[in-house]
Amino acid sequence: MKLHEYQSKRIFAQYGIPIPKGQVANTPEEARQVAADLGRRVVVKSQVLVGGRGKAGGVKVANNPDEAEQVASKILGMNIKGLTVRKVLVDEAADIQQEIYLGVVIDRAARRVTMVSSAAGGMEIEEVARTAPDKIIKVPINPFLGLRDYQARQIAFGLGLRGDYIRDFTIIAHGLYKVFLDTDASLAEINPLVVTGEGKLLAVDGKIVTDDNGSFRHQDLAAMRDVDEETRSEAEARSFGLNYIQLDGQIGCMVNGAGLAMTTMDIVKLFGGSPANFLDIGGGASADKVAAALRIILADPNVKALLFNIFGGITRCDEVARGIVAALEQVPTEVPMVVRLVGTNEEEGKAILASAQRKVQTASTLVEAAQKAVAAAKGEAYVPLPPPPLVVYTPRVHEIATPPSSKPAARKTIPPRPAQKAAKKATKPAKKAARPAKKAR
Amino acid sequence: MSILIDKNTRLIVQGITGREGEFHTRQMLEYGTKVVGGMTPGRGGDWAADGKVPVFDTVKEAVATTGANASIIYVPARFAPDSILEAADAGVPLVVCITEGIPVLDMIRVRAYLDQKGTRLIGPNCPGLITPGECKVGIIPGHITMPGNIGIVSRSGTLTYEVIYALTMRGMGQSTCVGIGGDPINGTGFLDCLEMFEEDPLTDQVVMIGEIGGNDEEKAADFISTQMSKPVVSFIAGRTAPPGKRMGHAGAIIEGGSGTAESKIAALEAVGVRVAQHPEEIPQLVAEAAR
Repeated sequence: MKLHEYQSKRIFAQYGIPIPKGQVANTPEEARQVAADLGRRVVVKSQVLVGGRGKAGGVKVANNPDEAEQVASKILGMNIKGLTVRKVLVDEAADIQQEIYLGVVIDRAARRVTMVSSAAGGMEIEEVARTAPDKIIKVPINPFLGLRDYQARQIAFGLGLRGDYIRDFTIIAHGLYKVFLDTDASLAEINPLVVTGEGKLLAVDGKIVTDDNGSFRHQDLAAMRDVDEETRSEAEARSFGLNYIQLDGQIGCMVNGAGLAMTTMDIVKLFGGSPANFLDIGGGASADKVAAALRIILADPNVKALLFNIFGGITRCDEVARGIVAALEQVPTEVPMVVRLVGTNEEEGKAILASAQRKVQTASTLVEAAQKAVAAAKGEAYVPLPPPPLVVYTPRVHEIATPPSSKPAARKTIPPRPAQKAAKKATKPAKKAARPAKKAR
Repeated sequence: MSILIDKNTRLIVQGITGREGEFHTRQMLEYGTKVVGGMTPGRGGDWAADGKVPVFDTVKEAVATTGANASIIYVPARFAPDSILEAADAGVPLVVCITEGIPVLDMIRVRAYLDQKGTRLIGPNCPGLITPGECKVGIIPGHITMPGNIGIVSRSGTLTYEVIYALTMRGMGQSTCVGIGGDPINGTGFLDCLEMFEEDPLTDQVVMIGEIGGNDEEKAADFISTQMSKPVVSFIAGRTAPPGKRMGHAGAIIEGGSGTAESKIAALEAVGVRVAQHPEEIPQLVAEAAR
């Protein structure tokens, strides 16, 4: 979940990170009042959950309350990258001498929470990473030790800060790391962290993205969710426990499993169509769940055909077929449908679909299903592809070299995780020689 | 032969008295897995799965009594990190966690601890693994597999079943199928599995099923080019996934332009790995590689 700038900065302030004085306004009059209370030059900032607000004209300086009202009336209601501005943050304008980027992220490859900083503040960090990767300072944080003072200092000196700024920066770095942990964040960033004319550090803009998997321990943050961020369909899907992402194509997809759902989108594209959505109905496929998914997909007016791709593993195909038939009675529609059921009780499933009143096309393979759905969406007839030339598979026949009696001793069931990857790699060329020693251990 | 599990695997089930735990314990017993014990705090002394499996209060007790050498976890996300740590502390060398939805910060701590202990974790957010004809640990449907020489490693669930099924239909058996899970931080990655398959004398080829997010496939490509002699066929899901959106799996997201399917496919193809355009092409590529 993404938090707004004003929400993020309020959290920062609770952790000792200095932020500009300011208030949120929902109307131009409120913006005027906030500016009057602050009694100096202000910045009026749109609160929408996308980057590039400044470039879109969603951030403006105002010299007095009149200007603040004027500017706010322009920004409120403005559409920025598809999102309507409903709130503005009116902040004291800072006297900016230098801008710094400071963020906490998860480095997947290193499997560490990592603090990232750059003297090129104000720019998006991805942009800096592309154009000047050497300007980025990265400090991985040991999960058992946490962020240490020396690490914060290392960043501060690396940024060229000196004197009292080192102490102030260290406090901010610790605060940001703690915010990250306490909100179960996947990103917490201050951009820019500003060096002001008064010789202070100030978090002028900020952002927090939380890990939805951690939401069970953050009831307080749940109230901050901005429902405008999702489409109505996405919000509805979430309430049914369905994983749905709307796209701009014409073929609705209903699939069990996330990887298979992505694959289904890909194959639709491969055969000349375009997917209307990603949808994972998860395990099981009750009529109610399928019906909810159907309603959500069909609410998209672009959808010209529907493709069900279900792999029956533990969930049997006949159960799924019954679910689909019952759902189609609940949600009548003329949109052509292609159903592919494969796996456990496939034949029973197909028989149930064949005897149902609402006719659907069936398909045996993924390729056939995708082609049929693409043809249906275009209103064309389905022309099967010629089957690929069959390559004969001849598996190697292994002769068991060791007599069965010595087998258990000859091989450990569970290979131990190498304590040191690098050390193991280094010994690799000598693998054959090293092996007997390992077994003897 | 196989990697990680075989007919000598002695398994305990953490969360055996829960709905999922009990259901899948029955499935695993039916497949022939030696489920020697179960564990649910407060239910010690009971018997689960139609009275076939003794239940213990702690993993330590379960291991001491049964001599288990592997554990599987069917416990809700908020308790799962604790379950993994309990298994590691009890000295279980192989821990498989099916649970989806563990916070990533918890996994960072858990993984760092496991690395110190030398415990191997498969998952979380994974379907587990199966050595056809010998042992199944997890939820992969056993009847779609067949014993053979192809190793499978995948970040996905049903997509893996799809590939296994397509191979089995063509008479292409599998040595071991490992689902490593769809989370950004997991216990075992592509590299570990490729290394084990390379060393397993009865695995002749490997099918690697990746998806968008992270750069494990790129690292795997590097490993394949420098350390592997066996042919690898791959498939990468998510060519049409939009950037910045989490595609179901917590780890399946294109962030700041990295983790795209294109970059993974390019890295793999650059080192000579055949990458299928769709899953049904995989058996074809495997057959060609076997010649």
